[in-house]
Amino acid sequence: MAAQKRTGAARAGWTALAWLVGIVFFFPVLWMVLTSFKQERDAYTTTPHIVFTPTLDQYKAVFSGGIGTAVANSAIATIFSTLLVLVLAIPAAYALSIRPIKRYRDGLFFFISTKMLPIVAAIVPIFLAVRNLGAMDNIWTMVVLYAAMNLPIAVWMLRSFFLEVPRETLEAARLDGAGVRQELTEVMLPVVAPGVAATALICVIFSWNEFFFALNLTATRAATVPFFLVGFITSEGLYWAQLSAAATLASLPVLLAGWIAQKQLVRGLSMGAIK
Amino acid sequence: MAEITYENATRHFPGGTIPAVDALDLQIAEGEFMVLVGPSGSGKTTALRMLAGLEDIDDGRIMIGGKDVSGVAPRDRDIAMVFQNYALYPNKTVGENIGFALKMHGVERSERDRRVKEAAALLDIEGLLDRKPKQLSGGQRQRVAMGRAIVREPSAFLMDEPLSNLDAKLRVATRAQIAELQRRLGVTTVYVTHDQVEAMTMGDRVALLKDGKLQQCASPQELYDRPANTFIAGFIGSPPMNLLPAGHQDGKLTIGDAHVEVPEAHRSEVGRLDNVTLGVRPEHLRLAEEGMAGTVSLVEELGAEIHLHVRTKPADGEEVDVVLRTDRHARYRLGETVHLDIPSEHILAFHPESTELLFAPQA
Repeated sequence: MAAQKRTGAARAGWTALAWLVGIVFFFPVLWMVLTSFKQERDAYTTTPHIVFTPTLDQYKAVFSGGIGTAVANSAIATIFSTLLVLVLAIPAAYALSIRPIKRYRDGLFFFISTKMLPIVAAIVPIFLAVRNLGAMDNIWTMVVLYAAMNLPIAVWMLRSFFLEVPRETLEAARLDGAGVRQELTEVMLPVVAPGVAATALICVIFSWNEFFFALNLTATRAATVPFFLVGFITSEGLYWAQLSAAATLASLPVLLAGWIAQKQLVRGLSMGAIK
Repeated sequence: MAEITYENATRHFPGGTIPAVDALDLQIAEGEFMVLVGPSGSGKTTALRMLAGLEDIDDGRIMIGGKDVSGVAPRDRDIAMVFQNYALYPNKTVGENIGFALKMHGVERSERDRRVKEAAALLDIEGLLDRKPKQLSGGQRQRVAMGRAIVREPSAFLMDEPLSNLDAKLRVATRAQIAELQRRLGVTTVYVTHDQVEAMTMGDRVALLKDGKLQQCASPQELYDRPANTFIAGFIGSPPMNLLPAGHQDGKLTIGDAHVEVPEAHRSEVGRLDNVTLGVRPEHLRLAEEGMAGTVSLVEELGAEIHLHVRTKPADGEEVDVVLRTDRHARYRLGETVHLDIPSEHILAFHPESTELLFAPQA
């Protein structure tokens, strides 16, 4: 009995802690959403206003301020870079897991080592290369760069998912007459679909939120949402409510994608744990 | 249907010191049910996977139907395999699982459906065709795996411990079904197991492997009656053959305080050896008033019979547990002293060093 009570108390303690951590993480987001429905005069006050009359004025202002182009650019960069990543990473992960090529460990290390270099250190050569190619302020440049940026992580993630597929299942397919392509499309991918979805979602999030490349390589035509948001940050802090509205809009697609793919994501990310 | 031949087939695993399969020579006749049996790490599964094309052949070759398949891809070998964990496609229904190979070989949909239904009927799983593998019991999955193999009408079936994930009762029933099915279809079958009971009951012939080397390939009865060495004698049979160190002089074997005459016909085989390993099956030992003395160390009551373990001292300072089958109505106490009669007409003898068979009773 006493032991049961103790575990009950411990459980309540952990639950409270989990809620606390959750609220600490969520509070800024909640505050952002609340602020986005305020008037500018209510947005930044020394005693924060919790009760206020909600308004959609800030959203109207953001839409008329040209967020549409930024959203379209971000969507292009995100969708096409993610597709490109999957097209390249799936065969690569296959060659590094199911039928390992010679020295595949070196290959794997090479992929991840590119993530060890800070992007700041690489921006000068990238900038020069992009400028000399005449590809500045071009959304397709961002597609290529985002694909390159996400490729190593995608290869590593997909590889670990592929390794979860029982080897015998693939061997059975080979004996049943499947070639490499059919082995991949008929047997492998349906099994690892949650993993592929999780990988794609991670790529979507990273691309959608990317700021540094966008800041350095785009201007007006190819500006993405994060770049557009920065336009609201001013030293006077005059446009807090509008900035919150823009930031809320910018967060929505990723939040929605995460919400929709929640089940797949959890299944994908915990694939190895439930074997 | 096809005959299968291993010629000096060898497989080295990278980093391994000894070959996983060492110069295997084996001929499997058309329509034969061949069982590869051996302990863990004996190379039996590797030998099967070499035949399937899932493992490289480093030396020698393998022929199927007179054609060298050593460099041929698995899909072009016209063989079907049943895996230990069944390896069903989890996202496909039972029907799609069974029909997958036909689809890969471009068989038309209507023809495919007909053959899938036929195979399902043969295995009594017609009602399961629309289910997914995870909705099936272990026994049903096993039958789906069988269905996937037979629907192809391949030239050979390869089975890698297909019963080891089933519970004991189902295993016995399925064992009989597979053997019966194979006889009906008449397809050459290579069956891997570590279970000697499966090997003995199912195979036309049994090939016994140890450390990658073929020890003996013979009919189950031959393997039981005339094991080529002490390893086989100890592996085949449950409980296994008793093996006792024995001294030898002038046709007389001495085991502890007991003596056994070497049958006249086999005197020459034993020759001038001073020692041999004597083998005697548990069913041939009898309790007697006199003979080899020992104490009862374990009584296993199996219902139909009793396995009596008797601790004996066949040689100085050495204790060996001998097992005999006795009448189920007898009663024994642990620690009780008993005497064993070793009938000379049933004894086998093995060379003390090479462990090879010297003689066995004439059948």
